Amino acid sequence: MPVQYYIFLSIALFCIGVMGVLMRRNAIIIFMCVELMLNAVNLLLVAFSKMWADAGRVDAAGAQIFVFFIMVVAAAEVAVGLAIIVMVYRNSQSVDVNIMNRLKN
Amino acid sequence: MGMNLQQVVFGILSIISLITALGVVFSKSPVTSVLCLILTFFTIAGHYVMLNAQFLAVVHIIVYAGAIMVLFLFVIMLMNLNAEGEPQKRNWLKYAGAISGGALLVVLLAALREASLPSLTPASNDIGLIANLGQTLFKTYVVPFEVSSILFLSAMVGAVVIGKKEH
Repeated sequence: MPVQYYIFLSIALFCIGVMGVLMRRNAIIIFMCVELMLNAVNLLLVAFSKMWADAGRVDAAGAQIFVFFIMVVAAAEVAVGLAIIVMVYRNSQSVDVNIMNRLKN
Repeated sequence: MGMNLQQVVFGILSIISLITALGVVFSKSPVTSVLCLILTFFTIAGHYVMLNAQFLAVVHIIVYAGAIMVLFLFVIMLMNLNAEGEPQKRNWLKYAGAISGGALLVVLLAALREASLPSLTPASNDIGLIANLGQTLFKTYVVPFEVSSILFLSAMVGAVVIGKKEH
């Protein structure tokens, strides 16, 4: 099976995530779309790991370790980001990202 | 054209993951979005199993479906956003977002359409098993591993400090 199939699937998932970030105003949905984009990249890394393993490279596991680190960063990001969203909600009773305009004043 | 079992499974998983990913973006209620995203994560875990990353698939389900999405659901329940109607954005902005995402999709697909890459063999290997990954993680990547533990600690402290009520 060509590795292109996985590349195209990852591109499609990534672009759906981009679309969600641009179209929605709910901060939580935007955050979930960012997670979707991170997962598209993870899928691509795993596909390339398999490709290199098929080519006989002994260090193909490095790509999967990289996926671990992306998961670590994503988990830390979710913890801090959701804390920020909860604080914004507590101050303004809304999770609309347009509320952030008030930072200008 | 002959389609082997691998391609059939890939097609089914891909269709489900694309539909649920679109559900994340277009569903009205945030809870439906979260449930769609959990389904997407399960199908991605299925892809990992197909790609010989068995341990990664298990970790993916535990971390994403088990921890991160529960956190999202928890926050949504806490805010009582369930029935909240999202304030309508100006319509042309919505179209502009959709068109930009679609244009990015077209550009990336066109750029990679004729890339010459090898095919994946159906043969399995032991790259993704825990013995191999553990050897790699604790021999080659032990410094980034320790740094990531410091990152976790600082993220935990940061979340607590941000979430604390001011007096």
